[in-house]
Amino acid sequence: MSTVYFTKDHEWVKVTGDEGVIGITDYAQKALGDVVFVELPAIGLDLAQGAEAAVVESVKAASDVYSPVSGTVVATNQAVVDQPGLINEAPEEGGWFFSLRLSNPSELDELMDRAAYDEFLTGLE
Amino acid sequence: MTETISGSRGLSIEEPLLFEQGSPGQCGVDLETPPDLPDHLGGLRRRQPAALPGLAEPTVVRHFTRLSQKNFGIDSVFYPLGSCTMKHNPRLNEKLARLAGFADVHPFQPESTVQGALALIDLAAHWLKTLTGLPAIAMSPAAGAHGEFCGLMTIRAALEDRGERRTRVLVPESAHGTNPASAAACGFTVDPIPATSRGRVDVGALKAKLGDDVAAVMLTNPNTCGLFENDILEIAEAIHGVGGFFYGDGANFNAIVGRVTVADLGIDAMHINLHKTFSTPHGGGGPGAGPTVLSDALAPYAPLPAVVHDAGGFHLVEHAAGSGLKPCGRIKGFHGQFGVFVRALAYMMSMGADGLRQAASDAVLNANYLQARLSGELTPSFDGPCMHEALFDDRFLKDSGVTTLDFAKALIDEGFHPMTMYFPLVVHGALLMEPTETESKETLDRFIDSVRGLAQRAKQGNAAEFLSAPAHTPRRRLDETAAARTPELRWRPEKKV
Repeated sequence: MSTVYFTKDHEWVKVTGDEGVIGITDYAQKALGDVVFVELPAIGLDLAQGAEAAVVESVKAASDVYSPVSGTVVATNQAVVDQPGLINEAPEEGGWFFSLRLSNPSELDELMDRAAYDEFLTGLE
Repeated sequence: MTETISGSRGLSIEEPLLFEQGSPGQCGVDLETPPDLPDHLGGLRRRQPAALPGLAEPTVVRHFTRLSQKNFGIDSVFYPLGSCTMKHNPRLNEKLARLAGFADVHPFQPESTVQGALALIDLAAHWLKTLTGLPAIAMSPAAGAHGEFCGLMTIRAALEDRGERRTRVLVPESAHGTNPASAAACGFTVDPIPATSRGRVDVGALKAKLGDDVAAVMLTNPNTCGLFENDILEIAEAIHGVGGFFYGDGANFNAIVGRVTVADLGIDAMHINLHKTFSTPHGGGGPGAGPTVLSDALAPYAPLPAVVHDAGGFHLVEHAAGSGLKPCGRIKGFHGQFGVFVRALAYMMSMGADGLRQAASDAVLNANYLQARLSGELTPSFDGPCMHEALFDDRFLKDSGVTTLDFAKALIDEGFHPMTMYFPLVVHGALLMEPTETESKETLDRFIDSVRGLAQRAKQGNAAEFLSAPAHTPRRRLDETAAARTPELRWRPEKKV
C-alpha cells in the first residue's frame, strides 16, 4: 500500500513503508517542455527536506529538483538519464528520479495529497 | 513555388558542408612534391591519408561567405534580444581599433614602447571610474561573468584578510544565471531571494536571510524584468549592516549610465559589460571585456596587473611585492582585452558624457514605446513604465495553441531576430524585448506591426502556421529536442546531413 504526496515545487513522493520514490509532476513536465538532460543524486547521499537533489534540463530551462522529505538516497533511475523523454511521457511512472529511505516521515504531514495539489494547480491558472 | 534542380533559390544557395564539397587532390596552392626526407616520426606516421576534403580557394571563400550571409546578425536585422543589448557598433570604433599602433601592439613589448597603449588603458579606466563614481577598477576580466568572478574573488580576499569565513551569497531569483554560477565558482553557497508581485526583490525576504555568514548580495539594477530596483538603498544598508558586501551586476548599466552614479547606490563592486553599454562587438563567445569597478574597501584586493602613472610615465604593476597591494590573484593572461578597450574608449569619447546620458535615456524611451504600443495585443508582466527592456508573458496566447517558442519562430519569417524567450523565469512564457537606443522609430514601428499582426493571427486560430514556422529559413523548423537529446557533434563520411 503506497500513498502519493505533492510539493508546491511540483515534486511527488510515493511512499511505501519507510521508502519514498520521487519525481516531478505532469504539470512540471508540461511547464518545462521536452526534457533533454537529467542529473541524479549519488546513492548513499543524505538529503535534507528541500535540499537540491537533482537537475532537470529542458529545451527551455534548467531547474533544480528538491527533495520533498529528508532521507538517504537508495536508488536512482538510470533510464531517465538515457531517455530523458520518459519524464515527459510518464512523469509519475517510468519517469521517476530517485528513491529515499525516509529519516523523518513526519515531514510528510506538511505535503499535499492529490486533491489538495489539484486545487493548488487550479489556483496557479 | 517550383523547387529548383539544385535546391538553391537564386542567391539562397543550398549549402553542403565543406566535407561534402570539392574532390580529393584539389588544393588552394600548388606545392611541389617534397623530396624524400628522413623520417623522424618514430613509427607514428599515419598509414592512411587524413580524410580532409580537397578544396580550391574560391570554394572555401564562397562557402564561408554564404554561411555568413545566412546569419541573423545586428548588421543585417533588428535584433531585440532582451537582456543582451544588441545595439549597433559604430564603425568609428573599428577604424580606430585597426590603427597599426593599436592593432599590432604585443604584450611582450618593453614598457617604454607601449606608453600609448598603457595610457589608453588608464584613460578607459578613468572614464569607467568616473561614470560609476567608484575609485578603483580591475581592467583584466574578459567578459561579464568573468567580471562577476573577479568581484567575488576580491570580496573573498577582503573577507579573508579580515579573518572572516563567510559562506553564503544572496542572489535574486530573476538574476542572470551567471550570478549563482560565479558565486558557486568562488566557493560560496547560493541562497535565492524571491521576487515580489511587482517584479522586484522581496526586501523582507532578503533581510530575513541576512546574517554574519553572508558574504555578499548580488543585484542587477535595472533587473532582468527591465525594472528599477527602487529599494536598492535599503538593500545596500542592510547588507552593509551585517558586514557583507554589495555586488552590482552591471549588465544593464546601459539603462542608467550618465544618469545614476553607481557609488551612490551603495555598491562595492560592479562589472561593466563593455559590449553592452559601450558598443563593442558581441563576439561568438568573445573577445569580451568586463572591467570591474571597486570601492575603497575592495581596492587593495583587485587582481593584477594594474596600470599606474608617475612622472616617468605609465607602468604596469605585475607583482604585489613592495606595492602595498593584496591582490586576489591574477585572473587573466596579460592585460585584458586591449582591442575591446580601444573600441569602448572610442565610443565613450565620441559620445561624450552628455551623449552617453542621452543614449541611456533613448534606450529607455524606445523600450517604453515598444511596451506601450504592444500592450494592447500582448500582455505586459508588470504595471507601469519599464527601463531599457519590455517584458511580456504568454497570457495573450492562452488557449491559442501557440507557445512563446512558436511565436518567436514566426517572427524569424518576418525578418526580425526573436526576442529573448522564457527568461526571466519569474514570469510565465516570458518574451523579453530590448530595442536599444540605436533603433529608429521606423524600425520599431515595422517590428511592432509584425508583432501585433502575429498576435492577432495567433488569437484568430491560425496555430498551424506558427507550429511549422519559420517557413522561409534554409532549414525551416529545427527539431530542438532531437538536437539536444541526440546531438551530432562530429561529421562522419557515412552520415549525410
